[in-house]
Amino acid sequence: MKRLINQRPGTLGKCLLGLLPFVLIGIVYFYFSSERLAINPNDKLMPSMQSFIDAVSYLAFEPSKRTGDYVLWADTAASLQRLGLGVGISALTGLIIGILVGIIPLVRAGIAPVITIISLVPPLAILPILFIIFGLGELSKVMLIVLGITPFLIRDVQLRVMALPQEIIIKAQTLGANSWQLILRVVLPQVLPKLIDAVRLSLGSAWLFLIAAEAISATEGLGYRIFLVRRYMSMDIILPYVLWITLLAFLMDFLLRRLSKTAFPWHSTDQGESK
Amino acid sequence: MSDIKVKNLWKEYGDNIVLENINLDVKTGEFVTLVGASGCGKTTFLKMLLGTEQPTRGELLLNGAPIAREPGADRGIVFQKYSVFSHLNVVENVMLGEELKESPLLGRCFGKRRRTIRERAIALLEKVGLDHALTKYPSELSGGMQQRLAIAQALIKQPQILLLDEPFGALDPGIRADMHDLILDIWRETKITIFMITHDLSEGFSLGTQLLVFDKQRHDPDQPNRYGASITYDIPVGRSEKQTINNIQDTLMTQQAKQND
Repeated sequence: MKRLINQRPGTLGKCLLGLLPFVLIGIVYFYFSSERLAINPNDKLMPSMQSFIDAVSYLAFEPSKRTGDYVLWADTAASLQRLGLGVGISALTGLIIGILVGIIPLVRAGIAPVITIISLVPPLAILPILFIIFGLGELSKVMLIVLGITPFLIRDVQLRVMALPQEIIIKAQTLGANSWQLILRVVLPQVLPKLIDAVRLSLGSAWLFLIAAEAISATEGLGYRIFLVRRYMSMDIILPYVLWITLLAFLMDFLLRRLSKTAFPWHSTDQGESK
Repeated sequence: MSDIKVKNLWKEYGDNIVLENINLDVKTGEFVTLVGASGCGKTTFLKMLLGTEQPTRGELLLNGAPIAREPGADRGIVFQKYSVFSHLNVVENVMLGEELKESPLLGRCFGKRRRTIRERAIALLEKVGLDHALTKYPSELSGGMQQRLAIAQALIKQPQILLLDEPFGALDPGIRADMHDLILDIWRETKITIFMITHDLSEGFSLGTQLLVFDKQRHDPDQPNRYGASITYDIPVGRSEKQTINNIQDTLMTQQAKQND
């Protein structure tokens, strides 16, 4: 018998071990749910599987009586649009400013202190200001995400640029590169895969800001729906929505990772990871 | 033309004197090797030639004019590591220097111009023996192949001076011998002036035509940074006597021994 630290699961074993916690959580939940429902059939705290299926099929596959939309899909589209816009704008801003701050000492001296201060402002604390300035429409929600994650992205890109080996910066100069060419042909391609990593890390915060903004002011969206039905204690809607958001977040992370691997094949080998 | 003249050159960082009173003459086409114990300022000297460090006092002249205060296309460099761009494949790495010159705005060429540059790059890669790996990324190459690539990459700009900062220090002995042949071939063919730092004295003798030994002539045991190193030997290799070579070997050995104490 090998030592415990040397025993490795096979492919099947890995899958089974990975699934085990989910199965356990399910068993525990439905056990207590049926216990509660046996005492009080009108209990709303832990709905049964049937209630979940009913609620989801009502929201996803039947048009709403009031608007004619399919609620789940309309919510998803609205939230993803805000999230995509917010994260996209942040990534672009973070990339441009981060590179400039990282590679040009004059810009760094001028801008870095401001960015440090801005990154310390809690974004949710200035949400009211955003509502006042940008109104209650889409813009203020997108702006909250942008303000929330851009400082992090700028600082991350800046550090990645400054961590590039000095050798390659000098080498590019000996090949006749001016500052612009150096940024375009060396720095930009070197930090792009690292930007993707940073965006993956910032997605969690982006969702947080999105749901917070939607909870306060929106007419549709995943966060809005959760906080709306909270008033009726509709756990049969809230829990599937939470699972759906989790799945969406997982998919985004997965797609970004795939993008990084296919678009920058040199990167993973460069980092010493296995291919 | 790439005559180097150094007059009364000093380099200090605050109180720390690294180099003192360096005087040197290097004619076009010499293969200069720089040896000395670690921390004796030979890398600092190379950085001043490169333009990333500036002399505190004294003059550093290239063809009679002060050397540029930043790296430029007239001085190529090969470092021990990280000399090539990991995001470009082998042929793109070599093409980069020419693409930057041809296309100021994008730094990238297309169509016919690109094909011309590519052919030149491939010709250079054949010379260094890398023409079989054109589309590989540097991370897929061995250490020796990466250094071959770095040399080809520097040569496409046809620099007046090629600076080598311990280029073969991380390589296996067998591969190192191949690299010595390669660099000698290139030097004979291009008539380029080469400055090469090495830890290996025999490398310095077998490759160079002019050997520079950096060492501290004065020592203050209480204040090790009080005095800087200077060039203690400046020998035309091949024309020097066996006795001098032995002397240098001895002094370097005692230096190393002193450092290890």
